[in-house]
Amino acid sequence: MSTDDVVVLGAGMHPWGKWGRNFVEYGLAAARTALDDAGVEWSDIDFVSGSSTMRNGYPGYVAGATFAQALGWTGCRVASSYAACASGATAIEAARMRILAGRSDVALVVGADTTPKGFLAPNAGDRPDDPDWLRFRLGGITNPSYFALYARRRMDVFGDTDEDFAAVKVKNARHGLGNPNARYRAETSVEEVLASPMVANPLRLLEICATSDGGAALVLCSADYARSHGVIDPVRVAAVSTVTPTYPNTIIEMPNLATDSSAVATAPERPFKASIAHAAYEEAGVGPEDLDVAEVYDLSCALELDWYEDIGLCAPGDAAKLIRNGDTMIGGRIPVNPSGGLACFGEAVPAQAIAQVCEVTWQLRGQAAGRQVDGAKVGITANQGLFGHGSSVLLVR
Amino acid sequence: MTTKDRAPALGADGWFTTGDDPHLIGSRCDACGTYAFPKRSGWCPSPACRGTELIDTPLSRRGRIWSYTDAQYQPPAPFVCPPDAFEPFAIAAVELEAEGLVVLGQLVPGVGVNDVKVGDEVELAIGVLFADDTREHLVWQWRPTGGTR
Repeated sequence: MSTDDVVVLGAGMHPWGKWGRNFVEYGLAAARTALDDAGVEWSDIDFVSGSSTMRNGYPGYVAGATFAQALGWTGCRVASSYAACASGATAIEAARMRILAGRSDVALVVGADTTPKGFLAPNAGDRPDDPDWLRFRLGGITNPSYFALYARRRMDVFGDTDEDFAAVKVKNARHGLGNPNARYRAETSVEEVLASPMVANPLRLLEICATSDGGAALVLCSADYARSHGVIDPVRVAAVSTVTPTYPNTIIEMPNLATDSSAVATAPERPFKASIAHAAYEEAGVGPEDLDVAEVYDLSCALELDWYEDIGLCAPGDAAKLIRNGDTMIGGRIPVNPSGGLACFGEAVPAQAIAQVCEVTWQLRGQAAGRQVDGAKVGITANQGLFGHGSSVLLVR
Repeated sequence: MTTKDRAPALGADGWFTTGDDPHLIGSRCDACGTYAFPKRSGWCPSPACRGTELIDTPLSRRGRIWSYTDAQYQPPAPFVCPPDAFEPFAIAAVELEAEGLVVLGQLVPGVGVNDVKVGDEVELAIGVLFADDTREHLVWQWRPTGGTR
């Protein structure tokens, strides 16, 4: 462990569900669990980094200070990060950078949300200058519409099938069975998935993640601080990628109505989603061949297959082979979403990127009871936020 | 019988022409020639260009389907739909070759996901997004030409 490492000292969650209570309660429970896990008093935390909640693109309502107040004002420093679904990674990075700069020793990162039922939608009111408002108003283009466009393209271009997408759900449902923080803990079958109602062809209800309530928190600290607490072999944060796209971004991106133009500028070597993990690999000095486990953002079952390619588990177009071979099951070559993923959690937007890091932390510590990937030492999280926010965290033990 | 006004839906004012051969209106950078849709002003979207003159320009009427889907459930507001009148509709992402853009839009009413494939040719149409007592609110849509790749 190098002296300039940032390490995960504690991880905690409030279980995901549809509890209908104030989000602060979930964040508080997750924070206290993470503090207990770290063996750190709240009064010792010198920086609290909040992952802001949002309603399809709009920051507000939740800030780091909300959680600081709930835990009891101590005068610690605060920041709040908004990056849509990637907000948690940005909050992690804010804490990590303060620690690396020597300005903080031990920081608390918190994200929590109470999510409305049904389609995520923009805030009320006419806002014709806002791309997120425009796509709903002018096209009725919801989040699942974008997931479905990617899914259909896989089918028509690569030959992926309905059964391939359903198999991802079946795998994740099995993974999540033993996860006490997961909202949905029941096995399903390809037949049951394919019998669920079509929402956005080719995606069915059971292939699109739900919206959930939940909270997740991390205690991050310097290597010196961990040592002084007697922790000699912690999970280390080897990289955090919060990249934006490179012009021209030629893949249609939520909430936009069009891509960038490739008429003059050539499309970059790596599309945006592939560039997210690539930046993390570069920063950590490891590659996809070094991975033992991955948590990726399965907003839809088909999107999980996109991530296999985008984090480098296989060549573009080959992801369906991995699910068919069982490679990404626990016990397979490279297990993906051992937590059960969004398929078992549903999405609590500002908590989700933090929850991914909690899971990989538990996996690398060997504490993921009922869903443990044997001997996991290197893990990655990958996620993407509305408007062009990359999110990937590489963890090593 | 009185005729309702016809006008672009709120947010899409100036985004397309109407008439027999409608076009979307995008921007073209006077300095580097790159395109943007929807129109933009102020500065070129390319980081390699310092251009500030973005000129309204008609986009290709025809393109190829990059992907497609549909909406089987009524989208939430600000999508406008008369109560109890929701009809599923299809959506396409369409590649405009000359401009190097992919543009989203609804497919014309009556065209569903079983009628199209990736690579099929479509052309621009102007249709009614919704109507109220006095006005038809117009939007661009994509209509298959029958051309495939």
